[in-house]
Amino acid sequence: MLIVHCPVCGAEGDETDFHYGGEAHIRRPATQDPTTVSDAAQRDYLFMRRNPKGLHFERWRCDRGCGKWFHAVRDTVTMDFKATYGITELPPRELMEAASGEWAAFFKDKLDAAKPSRKGKSS
Amino acid sequence: MKSRYSIFSLARNAMNYHKDWERAWRSPAPKSEYDAVIVGAGGHGLATAYYLAKNHKLANIAVVEKGWLGGGNTGRNTTIIRSNYLQDPSIAIYELARSLYEDLSRDLNFNVMFSPRGVMMLCQTEHEFRAFKRTAHANRLAGLDCRMISAEEVKKIAPIINDDPNCRYPILGAYYQPRGGTGRHDAVAWGYARGADSLGVDIIQNCEVLSIRRDGGKVAGIETSKGFIKTKKIGVVTAGHVSTIVQTAGLRLPIESLCLQALVSEPIKPVLDCVVMANTVHGYLSQSDKGELVVGGGTDPYNNYSQRGSFPALEHTVTALVETFPIISRLRMLRMWGGIVDMTGDRSPIIGKTDVEGLYVNCGWGTGGFKSIPGSGFVFADTIANDRPHPIAEPFGLNRFIEGRLIDESVAAAVAH
Repeated sequence: MLIVHCPVCGAEGDETDFHYGGEAHIRRPATQDPTTVSDAAQRDYLFMRRNPKGLHFERWRCDRGCGKWFHAVRDTVTMDFKATYGITELPPRELMEAASGEWAAFFKDKLDAAKPSRKGKSS
Repeated sequence: MKSRYSIFSLARNAMNYHKDWERAWRSPAPKSEYDAVIVGAGGHGLATAYYLAKNHKLANIAVVEKGWLGGGNTGRNTTIIRSNYLQDPSIAIYELARSLYEDLSRDLNFNVMFSPRGVMMLCQTEHEFRAFKRTAHANRLAGLDCRMISAEEVKKIAPIINDDPNCRYPILGAYYQPRGGTGRHDAVAWGYARGADSLGVDIIQNCEVLSIRRDGGKVAGIETSKGFIKTKKIGVVTAGHVSTIVQTAGLRLPIESLCLQALVSEPIKPVLDCVVMANTVHGYLSQSDKGELVVGGGTDPYNNYSQRGSFPALEHTVTALVETFPIISRLRMLRMWGGIVDMTGDRSPIIGKTDVEGLYVNCGWGTGGFKSIPGSGFVFADTIANDRPHPIAEPFGLNRFIEGRLIDESVAAAVAH
């Protein structure tokens, strides 16, 4: 039994109080410019899934609380939730760094983009 | 060639107090190079190796297994065999498998205990009744021996069923495949292992594949916990762990790994001599030869590699079955377990070539792998040997996701397999 924490309303409950929404951070390619979307990109959007053995970044909905969607980081081996965060947000930096495989590749440029702030520029 | 099992070999060995039985398969050390390597010694992997050796005369092949053979989902399923799917490509491959099961014990000289006791899929809503009628018509056109039966007939076949017309989901009838049934899951793995081994296949257990080594666009071999093995052809048949293995070759798959649970009751007298599936309420039931009721349901919703499922999913399944079969309400459950299944978006398998030359995948069987073992191995062996998809495997290629040519069985198969 998973115990889930909603970052929006603060409710805590078991998995039956929440709804699993699958992989997080998927962007619909056709939203930007439908004419340039290749069949492969559309396939990736619809069917390809990151399926890590370890840290997974996913969506959940607070079904019996505030009803809002949110993001969560969960380990698919230990079933531990590492963090939950808002639906428009990126995961905590240390978890982006801890990601492996395809997720590490996905977060690489996001971590790089956050780097200039270290050089004194505001991001 | 191994000595054959027969009434005479049984008598001969009984005279010797069963001390001289030959080992069913060898435990060879891996050679440095093979013509083909199959990753995963479950039913599908062993069947593939067996048919590669038997039908395509490839002897220099190995099956590499992380644990012990048949120790994954092959030993965790609920052993149901049926072929009454909706789509033509599915009917073709599942019926090939079901028909191979009929002769499998003789072919392998190993009793796989195929028991065509009939599979009954209950219709508990008007919508389900109509959906199964559609499947029935599709199956009749494909030549399957299946039919719709009335609620009275359901009660006659399975007298323990709740036929109260006022219950929440009354029995309106059922879709019946009399030639479906069950088999002995371990025996299928052992039979194929023994058959493949006697044809010269090396089955290497306790040998984990760490990564697939590529040489440009081609495969070069596999890195294992027992060293590097060179090969030109690799068939990956590792169910829930397929994503993590092909990822080492730089490949992505449209697959998510979920946990599917099953449970088995204490043994009771024979009460049910067919398989009953109740898809609307998410549960299915059969009785093993030992008398245990074998119960299964749907997968947990979220990605999982832990082989431990969630309690709410089990509770949901058991609640449904107690309503459908009230007499089981006081049965104690002996064991429960979970297996990691590989789910595709359209709930149909992926069989065929990949973008990497020499790398073949056979995965995505999700919750329905056991019933398809012989057919899957048969067409996958042909695909690997000839480096082109077998006609029955062709619709199940990876390209269907790019072409939008899905084989949608999420309705036909629902949760129950």
